[in-house]
Amino acid sequence: MISFNRNLYYFLLNLFPIFLLFFLVLVDFDFSFHSKKLVTFNPTYVVIYYWVLKKPEILGYGLVFFAGVINDVVTGLPMGISSIDYLILCGIASYFRNITLRPSLINDWIAFVPTIFIINSIHYSILNGFFALELNYYYLILSSIFTIATYPLVGFIFNFISDFITPRKK
Amino acid sequence: METSRDDFIIAIRSAFLQKGAAQRFSLLVLIIISVILLSLDFYKAKPLNIFRSISKDIIYRGSFIISLPFKSLDRGYKTVKTHFTFYDDYQNLKNELYILKAQQSEIEFLKMQNKELKIVISDVLHTNTKNVIAKVILDKQSPFLKSIILNKGTNSNLKKGMAVLHKKNMVGRIVEVNYLSSRVLLINDLNSKIPVKIQPSGENAIMSGEGNNLASLDFLPKLSTIEEENIVFTSGSDGVFDDGIPIGKITEIEGKFYVEFFSDLNQINFVTVINNKKEDN
Repeated sequence: MISFNRNLYYFLLNLFPIFLLFFLVLVDFDFSFHSKKLVTFNPTYVVIYYWVLKKPEILGYGLVFFAGVINDVVTGLPMGISSIDYLILCGIASYFRNITLRPSLINDWIAFVPTIFIINSIHYSILNGFFALELNYYYLILSSIFTIATYPLVGFIFNFISDFITPRKK
Repeated sequence: METSRDDFIIAIRSAFLQKGAAQRFSLLVLIIISVILLSLDFYKAKPLNIFRSISKDIIYRGSFIISLPFKSLDRGYKTVKTHFTFYDDYQNLKNELYILKAQQSEIEFLKMQNKELKIVISDVLHTNTKNVIAKVILDKQSPFLKSIILNKGTNSNLKKGMAVLHKKNMVGRIVEVNYLSSRVLLINDLNSKIPVKIQPSGENAIMSGEGNNLASLDFLPKLSTIEEENIVFTSGSDGVFDDGIPIGKITEIEGKFYVEFFSDLNQINFVTVINNKKEDN
C-alpha cells in the first residue's frame, strides 16, 4: 500500500510539467502587468525549455506539438506556428543538453538568451512574411527580454520541484 | 577544427533526428507535420474546414472551462475596485444625467426631423436585419492579439465579416466562424482596418487599430478640418458593414488625431452581431 501511494505520488509529480504546459496554453496566460501591458512574458517557453533541457523523458515532443496546436487555436494564430516555435525550442534545448558538460542554471540561462531571440524571430518572420499579419515588434522584443529575465526565478522553482521527481522506471 | 565541426553535426543530428529518451517521435518529423499544418492553414484547404471547426469548438470550450476560476477572481477584484470609486462615480453620473436630460428633448426633435428627411431622400432604413445576441466566452487580449470568442457560430447563421456591436457601438468584426463559436477581431487590433466617416465634417478615412485603447486615422484629406470630440462612424464604403454605426470620438494626442472608442473593449460580456448578409434564395 505504501509502495502504491509512493508510486502514485511520483507518477503525479512526473505529470506536473505536462499539466502546467497544457494549463498555460489552454488559459493562454500572457502574464501582462501594468495598465498598458508593458511587462509581458511567455511562460510556455520557459516551461518547455527547462523540462526538455533537464528531464526530456517527462515532456514528450508529441505533447509539445499538441500544446502548440492548442495554443494556436486559443490565441487565433495560424495552426502550426506555435508547434514550430515549441519544437525548434525543444531542438535547441536538446542541442544544448548534448554539448553541455557541466549543467547549471546560469549556463542554461545564458543559452536561453539566443534561443528566445531565434524563436521569436522565426515566429515574427512566418507571421509577417507569409501570413501578412502585423505584430507589435516593440512588445515582441519586450516579451523576449522579460521571458529571459524570469528564467532564473522560474528555473529555481522548477529545480526545487525537479528534485522530487525521480524516473518512474529505473 | 575538423573534430569540433563533427561534434557540432553529431549534436545537431542527435537533437533533431534521433528519438530521445522515452520519445515516440523525432523532432524533425513533428516539425515537418507542423509545416504541413501551417501550409494547409495558409492555403485554406477546404476538406479540413470541418475538422478544424470541430477541433476549435472543443478547444474553445475547454479553454473557457479552465479559465472560469480566473475569470471569477478577476471579476471579484474589479467589483472591489469599483467600490472605492463609488462616491466619485455617483457625483459624475449625477452631473452627466443633468446634461443628458437637457439634451434629450433636442435629440427627440432631431430624430423626428432625421426620420422625415430620410423618407424624403428614399434612404433604405435597415429595419429587416436579424441581429444575433452572443456571449463572450473567451477574452484573448494579449499585447499581440486583440480578439474575443463568442458562443455562437454557423448554428446561428453567423458569417465572416459581420459587424459586432457592444451597446450599439462598433467593437469588431467576425474573422472566423465555427459551428458553435466564432472569433471577433477587435477594432483595436493592429490588423483591423475599417473605413470610417467623421462627423460633422463628413471626411472619410481608414481607421487602424493601434493595439491599445486608441486607433489611428489614415488617408485623411490634406486639409482636414476634424477636431476633438468629432464623432466617428462606419462609412459603409467597403460594402461589408452598414454605414452610420458609431465607433468613437476624436481625441488629439501630441498633434495627431486618434479615435477613442465609445465601448471599453476590456469590459465586453455580451455583443450584438449585425446579420446584414442577404439570404441565398
